[in-house]
Amino acid sequence: MRDSGANGTPRIGVFVCHCGTNIAGIVDVKAVAEYAAGLPGVVVSREYKYMCSDPGQELIQRDIRDHRLDRIIVASCSPLLHEHTFREATAQGGLNPYFLQMVNLRENVSWVNDERGPATEKSKDLVRAAVYRVAHHKALQQRTVPITASVLVVGGGIAGIHAALTLANAGKKVYLVEREPTIGGHMAMFDKTFPTLDCAACILTPKMSAVKNHPNITLWTYSEVVGVDGFVGNFKIKVKQKPRYIKEDLCVGCLECIAACIHKEARFPDGFNQGLSKRKPIYIPFPQATPQLVLFDPEACIQLKSGRCRQSCAEACDRKAIDFRQIAEFEDIEVGSIILATGFQAFDASRLPYYGYGRYPNVYTALEVERLVNASGPTGGEVVLRDGRKPTAVGIIHCVGSRDEKTNGWCSRVCCMYSLKLAHLVREHTDATIYNFYIDMRTPGKGYEEFYDKLLTEGVHFIRGRVAEVTDWSRSPEEAGKLVVRVEDTLVGTVRRIPLDMVILAVGLEPRADSQEVRRLFNISCSTEGFFLERHPKLAPVNTFTDGIFIAGACQGPRDIPDAVAQAGAAAAEALALIDAGHVELEPNTAFIVEVECSGCKSCIPLCPYSAITFLADKKKAAINEALCKGCGTCVAACPSGSIRQNLFEDDEIFSEIEGLFARDAVVA
Amino acid sequence: MSYWYYPGCSLKSNGKPYEESLLAVFRELDVPMWELEDWNCCGATSYMSVDEAQAFSLAARNLALAERAARQAPETGPPRLLAPCSACFLVLTKTQRYVAQHGDLARRVHAGLRAIDLEYQGVVQVRHPLDVFVNDMGLRRIATAVKRRLNGLKVACYYGCQVVRPFATFDSAHDPTTMDRLVEVLGAKPVRWPLKTRCCGGALTGTIPEVGLRLSEILLRDAAQREAEMIITVCPLCQFNLECYQREIARTFRDFTPLPVLYLTQLMGKAFGLSDADLGMRRLFVSPEPAFARHEGGQPAHA
Amino acid sequence: MWKRMIGGDFSRPVQRIPGPKEIRRHIAFESDLDATFGERIARKAYGEKLFSCIQCGTCSGTCPVSHYMDYTPRKIIAMVREGFREEVLHCVSIWLCASCYACTVDCPREIKITDVMYALKQEAMAQGVYPRRFAIPVLAREFFRGVERDGRSNELPLMLRFFLKTNPLQMLRNAPVAWRLWRTGRLSLRQERTRHRSSVRALLRAAKAAEEEGAS
Repeated sequence: MRDSGANGTPRIGVFVCHCGTNIAGIVDVKAVAEYAAGLPGVVVSREYKYMCSDPGQELIQRDIRDHRLDRIIVASCSPLLHEHTFREATAQGGLNPYFLQMVNLRENVSWVNDERGPATEKSKDLVRAAVYRVAHHKALQQRTVPITASVLVVGGGIAGIHAALTLANAGKKVYLVEREPTIGGHMAMFDKTFPTLDCAACILTPKMSAVKNHPNITLWTYSEVVGVDGFVGNFKIKVKQKPRYIKEDLCVGCLECIAACIHKEARFPDGFNQGLSKRKPIYIPFPQATPQLVLFDPEACIQLKSGRCRQSCAEACDRKAIDFRQIAEFEDIEVGSIILATGFQAFDASRLPYYGYGRYPNVYTALEVERLVNASGPTGGEVVLRDGRKPTAVGIIHCVGSRDEKTNGWCSRVCCMYSLKLAHLVREHTDATIYNFYIDMRTPGKGYEEFYDKLLTEGVHFIRGRVAEVTDWSRSPEEAGKLVVRVEDTLVGTVRRIPLDMVILAVGLEPRADSQEVRRLFNISCSTEGFFLERHPKLAPVNTFTDGIFIAGACQGPRDIPDAVAQAGAAAAEALALIDAGHVELEPNTAFIVEVECSGCKSCIPLCPYSAITFLADKKKAAINEALCKGCGTCVAACPSGSIRQNLFEDDEIFSEIEGLFARDAVVA
Repeated sequence: MSYWYYPGCSLKSNGKPYEESLLAVFRELDVPMWELEDWNCCGATSYMSVDEAQAFSLAARNLALAERAARQAPETGPPRLLAPCSACFLVLTKTQRYVAQHGDLARRVHAGLRAIDLEYQGVVQVRHPLDVFVNDMGLRRIATAVKRRLNGLKVACYYGCQVVRPFATFDSAHDPTTMDRLVEVLGAKPVRWPLKTRCCGGALTGTIPEVGLRLSEILLRDAAQREAEMIITVCPLCQFNLECYQREIARTFRDFTPLPVLYLTQLMGKAFGLSDADLGMRRLFVSPEPAFARHEGGQPAHA
Repeated sequence: MWKRMIGGDFSRPVQRIPGPKEIRRHIAFESDLDATFGERIARKAYGEKLFSCIQCGTCSGTCPVSHYMDYTPRKIIAMVREGFREEVLHCVSIWLCASCYACTVDCPREIKITDVMYALKQEAMAQGVYPRRFAIPVLAREFFRGVERDGRSNELPLMLRFFLKTNPLQMLRNAPVAWRLWRTGRLSLRQERTRHRSSVRALLRAAKAAEEEGAS
C-alpha cells in the first residue's frame, strides 16, 4: 500500500454523492464537486448518484489506479453507516483504508437545512476541511486478537437456557451462571402459557434437564458474576458461588432433611410462591428444581444464625451431605463472549395505594394468581380468597404500573395476553364472573387475536376503562363486604360500579432493581427506561455497544416467551459467529502514549472508562492496552504533558481540519 | 416559628368556629400568629372560572402582602403564610407554582402588582395548619399540650380535595395520614376510611343541590357505617357541606343518622381542655357533646 | 336538562334513563368542527398536553360527578382535541366540575384536566355561552363582581344576589339553613372589605391590561 505522494504532496480524490435526492435535493452537488476540484492536492473530483453502490465503489477503485490517488474523500452520508464500506473500497483499490476521510453531507447538511444556497456553501466548507485534513492521515493497521471458544451466559431463565443449549449443541463450551438456586426463571412459576395454554413446566423442564445433562454446559446455580475484565474474545470472569451448606456432589435431593428439620412447621415466606405459603429454613425452591439440591436460608436456620441446633437434618441425611461450615467459593474463567439474559422484575403493586394491594387482602398480583392456579402451588391449584372461599366475581385490572408517566411510561407488552390467560384459567377454576378492565387490547403475536376471540366468546366481560380506585366503599346491599370498582365503560358510554370478590392486578415488566449495577459490571449501557441498550433497535437488537457482549430476553425490554427464545437464538448465533471467525479485528483509532514524553503523573489512569490504562511501575510510565481502548479521547485531552496521542485524531489532523473550515476566502493553490 | 395568618372570606362568616378554635389552639401552643393586614379574597374557584390572569393576580396580592409584612418585621424570619381554608391554601400554592413556571403569567401578575406598588418575590411559604401542626410543631409538642385525652373517640378524618390535591406538599394525595396521626396523639381513634379524600361537592351544594347533597350524604353515611362518631375536617366549605344540610339530607335519604362534623382545631382544643366558648362549639349544628360524653367515663362535659 | 339542573329539586331522584324520544340524525362534518380549538385550549391551559391523552377513562372513573355529566371528562378531552367546540362550550360538564383535582392526580399522562376545565369555563364565560339563569356560572360571575368591588367576599349579599338572578324559590328552600347559620352566629352581616377598595380594582385592571397587551 502506498504511503503518500512521491514528493510528499498528496493526490486526493473527492467523490461527492447525490444519495438520490437525499443530498442532491438540497445541496448543489455539482457545484461542490467543481469547487473541490480547485482545492490544493485534489486530482480528481466527481459527483455520483449512489457512492455506496457497487458501481460507486468501483469508481473509487478505478480512480485510485488510473490517477495514482493516495487519499480519498467521500462526501456522502454518516460514517456510522458507510465508513466501513468505503474503507473496504479504498483497500480494494490498493490503498491503506485509513487514507479515507468521510464528509457527512446528509445528516449534517441536507437533512438539517432548508435552503440550497447556505447548504451548498456549508458543504463546500466541510469538503475543504476534509481536504486539508486527509493530507495528514497516516497508514494504520487493524489489530487482530484471538477469540476464546467459550461463552458465558448470565441468567438461567428461558432465554439463557435456550442460548446455552444452542451454543452447547454447536459444540461450544458454555458457562451458565444463575443467581437463584434453580434455573427456570419466571417461566417456571407459570401454570399455562399463552396463547396455546401449554403447561409451562411441561415445556420447560425438558430444557432444564437438557442443560443439566449437557456435557458442554457448566451449570453454576446460586452463583453470581462478581468480576468482569478483558475485552471481546478475551474476557476474564470471576464467579462467586454462594454457599448452600450442602455438598453438591453428595446430595441426591431426597428431601429427608426438610422433613427432619427442627422447625416442625414451615414459618418462613416462600419466595417462589410469592409469599403465599411458607417453607422451612432448609428447602428446595420447587419440586422440579434444577439442580435437584436443597439449600439453607442463613437468615432462618438456627444453626447458621446461632450455632446451637440439634442438627436433626444432618442426622437424617444418610449421605452426610450437609456442611454448615461451607463458605462462598470463587471461580475464575476465561470466555470469548458473554450473553446477558438476566430477565425482568414485576412492577411492585404496593407502590400504588389506590389499588389497595397490601391493604385489602383479596387484591392479588398476577404472579400470585399464577401460583394459585398452579397445581403445585400454595393452594394445590385452588383459586380461593384469603379466607378459603371461592370468588364469584373477579376483576382483572390491566396496565398496572405501565403506560403511566408517574411509574413506568411504556407498555409491558405481555400483560394483555396474560390477563386474557388468567381470565380463562380463573374462570375454569372457579366459574366466577370475570371482568377485564383494559385501556387497549394488545394482541399482536401469532394466534393472539384468536386467543382474544376465544375469551370474548367465553363470556368474560371486557370493559374498556382504566380503573381509578379499588375500595370497599359500598352503596347497596349487593356491594356490602365486597371490593368495589368504579369505572367508566368508555365503549358503552356510562359510569359503572362493579362489586368484586377478588381483584387481580396485571403488573407490568420493568428492569431489575440492580440493572444499573449489572450493566456497570459488564460495561454496557442502559436506555432511559433502564433496560439494557441494544446497538440498533431495528438491525442489531441483541448486540450491545460493547463488542462481544450480547443481550437476550426481557432484560432488553418487555417481551413474551417466543420473542425471548428467538432473541436467545440470535444472541447465540452472534456469539457463534464471533467464535467461528476465530479472531476479531480491532479498530486502530486507539490512543497511544509517546513514552519518552510521559511524566508518570498518572492523571490519565482513573479517567479511562474502559480501564485500558495501566501504570508500569518499573518504567514509571503509563501504558495503554490497545485492545481495551475504545478511542474516546478522554486521556488524550487530559494529559498535561500532551504525551498521549490518538490515531486518526492527532493534532496535525485536527488542526488542519479546523484551518480548512475557516479558509473559505483563502486563495486556492 | 411564627406565621402570618390568612383567614380567607369563609373564616370570617360561616367558618367562624374554625377561626376561633385555630386562634385558641395556637395561643395554647404558644405559637405567634398575626392576621395579615388588608388581605383580600383569594378568588377560590369562582375567579378562575371567569378570568385567569385576574384570578392569579388577586391571589398574588396576598403573597406580596405577606412578603412585605415579613420584610418590615425581619425578626419574624422568612414569611410563612398560614392558610387554614383548603381552597385558599390551594389557590395560593397554585399561584406560587404557576407564576414560577410560566413566564407569560408572571408578566401579567407582576404588572398587576406593580400598579398597586406591590412586589412578589417568590419567597413566601404557603402552609396549611395541618402541615404546621405535624411538621413544624411536631406530634410530641401536641401530645404534651393534651390535658383531656379523648379516650378512644372514633373519628373519621376527612381531608377533602384541595389540601392534598393536586399539590401533595406535605402528605400523600391518595393516602394521607397526617390528620390520622395527629388525632391519635389526642387520644382519639381514627377509623380507616377510603373516602377520606373524596370530594364533598364544594360549591355544588348551593348551586345544584341534587348533586352536592348526594356527595355529602355518601361521605356521612359511609363514615357512620364504619362506626365513626364524628367527622373531623380542615376546610370551611367541607365542614359546611357535611354539617349544615344534614336535616335536608335526612329528608331525602332513608336511614340517615346525623353525625357531628368538627374542625380539627376544635377537636384539638377539646383535648387541650379549652373552653367550649373559646372553640366555637356552640356554633355547631350537630352537637358533639353526646359523643364526647361517651368517652369521658360517663360524665358529661361542662360548658 | 337546564331546567332540571337549575330547579335543583333534590327530593326527586335523578332520572336515570331518558324517556322515549324522537328519531334524530346526528353526523359531524369536518366543516362543523373548529380545527384550532384543541390547540387554543391547550395553550390557554398552559400548554397542557391534552394531545397525549390515551382515552383510558381514569378521569371519568375517579370524577365524583362524572355520572351526572352529559360528556364525561374523557369525552371532553376527545372532543376538545377534535374541535367539537360548540358541543363542549354548551355542555353542562364543564360547570359541574367541582375542581377536586382527582382526575389531574390520577391521569397516567399527567394531563392537568382541571385546568382544561377552567380554560373551557373561561372560554364559555367570555363568549356568554350559558343559559341566563344557570346557577353555576351566575354564581361565579356574581362572586367575581363582589370581590372586584369589595376586595373580599360577603356571603349574605352574594347569596341574595345569586338567588334573585337564578331561582328566587331556592332562597326559600335555603331559608332554614340560613336561619340556623344566623342563630349560631355564622352568618355575618358585617361588610368585609379591604381597606383600599380601589387597590384591588386597580390590580385587576392592570392584570387584564397586561393580558390584552400580550395577546396583541
